[in-house]
Amino acid sequence: MVIRLQQEPFDAAAEASALTRGRTDVGAVVTFTGICRGDENGEPIAALTLEHYPGMAEAEIARHVEAAESRWSLLGVTVIHRYGRIAPGEDIVLVVTASSHRQDAFAAAEFLMDYLKTRAPFWKRVERAARGAVSNSWVDAKSCDDAAADRWSNKPPGRREAAE
Amino acid sequence: MKVLYFAWVRERVGKLEEEVVPPASVATVGELIAWLAARGEGYAHAFENPRVIRAAIDRAHVRADAAIAGAREIAFFPPMTGG
Repeated sequence: MVIRLQQEPFDAAAEASALTRGRTDVGAVVTFTGICRGDENGEPIAALTLEHYPGMAEAEIARHVEAAESRWSLLGVTVIHRYGRIAPGEDIVLVVTASSHRQDAFAAAEFLMDYLKTRAPFWKRVERAARGAVSNSWVDAKSCDDAAADRWSNKPPGRREAAE
Repeated sequence: MKVLYFAWVRERVGKLEEEVVPPASVATVGELIAWLAARGEGYAHAFENPRVIRAAIDRAHVRADAAIAGAREIAFFPPMTGG
């Protein structure tokens, strides 16, 4: 398991090839890259700034990678999440999963992304620049992200409310 | 105990972290939120809707009914928006 939080960009292709280098048991690698869009709710943005909870972010990602490893047959997992100011077009997050057969790698990558969006302690702030004025606002959590994470558990989809 | 705040909770409270000594009657995360909310205007604004506040004790998610006894670090933050 490789987990890194960093401000600087990452190289998705290099991270993916690092999981297969020197071995012949890997039959599938799934690479997911989350990228900063140039708009939020139809409005153009100047940048995103990601705040995180150092220490907990690593621990929470590790807990979910361990959950993925116990649920699917995985031969390698890499998760990299950037923080700080990120401009449109730049990468934000990388999940790479390796397995013997594709189903495990596909499912584990989707599971990890769904949980990263709702359980990993990161918060996005949007920076807008309209007619020379800069304004900032926090991104609201989306109930569709909760529903996406909930479908991996047996409990019915929950509403986003009291701390859990 | 050390209390940490993130995102708009941090902005409204006006600080990233602080040491607090709540009275013994404050036993759960939910009670700590109510106690913090009474500490001033910024706190009241941060905790005006306790149902949206998420919490972690010693870097693991907890619910509002979790006991705070023995906690070294308690964090409060909005719903997460990473990924």
